[in-house]
Amino acid sequence: MLVYVLKRLFYTLPVAFGVSVVCFLLVHIAPGDPLTSVLPPDASAQLQAEMRKIYGFDRPLIVQYGLWVLKTLQGDLGVSIATGRPVAGELRLALGNTLMLAVLATLIGFVLGCLFGFVAGYFRDSWLDKLASFVSIIGVSVPHYWLGMVLVIIFSVQLNWLPATGAGPGGSADWAWDWVHVRHLILPAVTMSVIPMGIVARTVRALVADILSQEFITGQRAKGLLDVGVFRHVVKNAAPTALAVMGLQLGYLLGGSILIETVFSWPGTGFLLGQAIFQRDLPLLQGTILVLAMFFVALNLLVDVVQTMLDPRVQRA
Amino acid sequence: MSAPLVEIENLNVRFHGPRTVHAVNGVSLRLEAGETLGILGESGSGKSVTLKTLLRLLPENRTEIGGSVRVDGVDILSLDGRALADHRGGVASMIFQDPMLALDPVYNIGEQIAEAVIRHEGCDKAAGWARALDMLTRVRIPSPERRLKAYPHEMSGGMRQRAMIALALACRPKLLLADEPTTALDATVQIQILLLLRELQREFGMGMIFVTHDIGVAVEVSDRVAVMYAGEIVESGSVRDLIRDPRHPYTKGLLAANLHGAVKGARLQAIPGAPPALDAVPAACSFAPRCPLKLASCDLARPPVAVPAPGRSVRCVLAG
Ligand SMILES: Nc1ncnc2c1ncn2[C@@H]1O[C@H](COP(=O)(O)OP(=O)(O)O)[C@@H](O)[C@H]1O
Ligand code: SF4
Ligand SMILES: [Mg+2]
Repeated sequence: MLVYVLKRLFYTLPVAFGVSVVCFLLVHIAPGDPLTSVLPPDASAQLQAEMRKIYGFDRPLIVQYGLWVLKTLQGDLGVSIATGRPVAGELRLALGNTLMLAVLATLIGFVLGCLFGFVAGYFRDSWLDKLASFVSIIGVSVPHYWLGMVLVIIFSVQLNWLPATGAGPGGSADWAWDWVHVRHLILPAVTMSVIPMGIVARTVRALVADILSQEFITGQRAKGLLDVGVFRHVVKNAAPTALAVMGLQLGYLLGGSILIETVFSWPGTGFLLGQAIFQRDLPLLQGTILVLAMFFVALNLLVDVVQTMLDPRVQRA
Repeated sequence: MSAPLVEIENLNVRFHGPRTVHAVNGVSLRLEAGETLGILGESGSGKSVTLKTLLRLLPENRTEIGGSVRVDGVDILSLDGRALADHRGGVASMIFQDPMLALDPVYNIGEQIAEAVIRHEGCDKAAGWARALDMLTRVRIPSPERRLKAYPHEMSGGMRQRAMIALALACRPKLLLADEPTTALDATVQIQILLLLRELQREFGMGMIFVTHDIGVAVEVSDRVAVMYAGEIVESGSVRDLIRDPRHPYTKGLLAANLHGAVKGARLQAIPGAPPALDAVPAACSFAPRCPLKLASCDLARPPVAVPAPGRSVRCVLAG
C-alpha cells in the first residue's frame, strides 16, 4: 500500500510541474505588460525599466521561473496589487471559506444523490425512477446562479429566514460555528449542492442497475439473504465508484464557483478569483490558480488512493 | 415409503417479454433423500430454469410458473418473504456454473459464508466465521485460515468452486442443486471437484440434482438420469438402464454419438439439426424435426409419457 501511494505520488510530480509552468507563464501570456496595471499610465521609460529590474522581469524566463518556484515553495506568493496584502494570506482565508462551503455542499449533494440514485436504480423504470431522474436532471441542468437568486428571493426576501449575502458578522476573518455564522452558509451550500447531487444520483442509478443485474446478486438471494442483506452487497459494490465521484465533485467545487460565490458574496476562492480577474490583479490571479490547481491534483491523488483501498480487485503496489 | 425430497409435477415455466419463451414444458420429476439425479441436456434445453425454479430465483415480474413443486413436503411456489429466504440456502442451496460470477467480488470468502450462517442460524459473528473455517477445511482448501480472508479474484478456478461448495453446504441443506459446476474448469480439476461433491453428498446425506451437458459427468455422479430436450424431459431412468437400453430416439442418438468406449468429456452433438424455438407450447413431439424414426402421427400430437418399466419414463410414441 505504501509503495502504491509513493508510486502514485511520483507520477503526480510531472503534472504538478506542468501546472506550475502554466501558472507562471500566465503572467507573461496575459495581454499587456505585467507592470501596466501597477504603474501610472504616464510613467517614463526609465521608470518602467527600473521597475522591470526590481521585479526581475528583465532576466531570462528560466531564471524568473526558478526564482518564482523557490519563493512559492517558501509560501511566498507575492503581494496583491489591489490590496497590497500578501497573496498567501488572502488565499488562506478564502480557501478556508470555500472549503467549508464545498464540503458542506458535497455532503448534501452526496446524501441526496445517493438517495435518489438508489431509489431510481432499485425501482428502475417505475414512476419513482422517473421522478428521481427528473430531479437529478434538473439538478445538473438548471443555471446555478439563477437557482441561487430564486432561493434568495424565497428564503431571504419573502420569508426572511436566512441572510442573502456575506459570511456573517466580522466578515470571513472571525468565523465561528454558531448559528449567527452558519446561517450564512446554508443558502450557498444548498445552491451549490445541486451540482454534485445530480451527478452522484445519475452515477449511482447506473451503478445500482448494473450491480442488480449481475449474477452474484442472484447468488446472494440463493443463499437466503433478505432484501436488507442483499442491499449491503449492492452498497459495498457501489461505494468505491460513488465515493470517487464524490471526491472529484468536491475537487470541482473547491475551485469555488465564481458565480455562486458572487451571487452570495461568499468570500471564497471563486469570489477572490473574480476580483483578481476584474481588477487585473496578476499576482493574486496567479497565486489563486496555482493553489487551486495543486489542490485538484492532490485531491485526484487522494481519490485514487481511497478507491484503491476500498476495492479489493484493484491491484495494489 | 416416505415422501420424496423433491416432487415436481407438470412444471411449466414461461418468460414474458418482447417474445414469450416457453422454457419448461410439462416437466415432472422426483428425487429421494440422499439420491443423485443427473439432468442431461444440451444448452438451452431448460436445465438451469428447472433448477432455479426450485429456489424461485427466476425474475418474478416476467416469469409465469405453473404446476407444482414440493421440496421436503413444502410447496415452493407458494413461499414468500422470509419463508422463501429460509428455504434458500437453508433447505436447498445451489452451486453455480461460474463462481467468479456468483460470488460477490468485494466481500472475502469468509464474510460470504459467515453471512449465510448468521442469517440462517441466528448465531453470532464468531460462530459464523468458525463455521466458515470448518467448511473451507471440509472442501479441502489448503491453509483455510488464510483463505477466509481471500477475495474471489485471488483464487484459482478450482479453489473458487470449492469455496462455492463450502458456501452452499454451510447451512446443511437437504438438497444440493449443482448447475454445471465443473463446466468452467480444466479436466483434472473437474474430476477432483466431482469426487469432492460425491464424497460430501454422502457425508452430509443430501439429495443432489446435478445438471450437466456432459454424458460422462452425468454417468459418473448420478444414480438416475433425466434427459432434457427443448424444455421437456424426454427420458428418465437409472444410469444403467439408460446406458444399456435407451428408448427415446434422442437418447439413442446421444449415446451413439458419444459412447464409443471413451465416456468422459464427451459432449452432446452429432445429431443433425437444431432444437426448436421455444416460442409456443409444444403441439407435437419436439424432437420430430430431427428424429430418424419419426412416424406420421408424431407431428399431430404431443406423445404421452410412457412407462416401459418401473422407474423409467419415455416421452415417445414408440416406447408405449
Ligand atoms: N430470465 C430469462 N428470461 C428469458 N428467457 C430465459 C431466461 N432464463 C432462461 N431463458 C431461456 O430459457 C431457455 C432455457 O434456458 P436454460 O434453462 O438456461 O438452459 P440450459 O439448459 O442451458 O441451462 C433458453 O431459451 C433461455 O434463453
Ligand atoms: S415421438 Fe415420434 S418423432 Fe418423437 S421421438 Fe418418438 S418417434 Fe421420434
Ligand atoms: Mg444452464
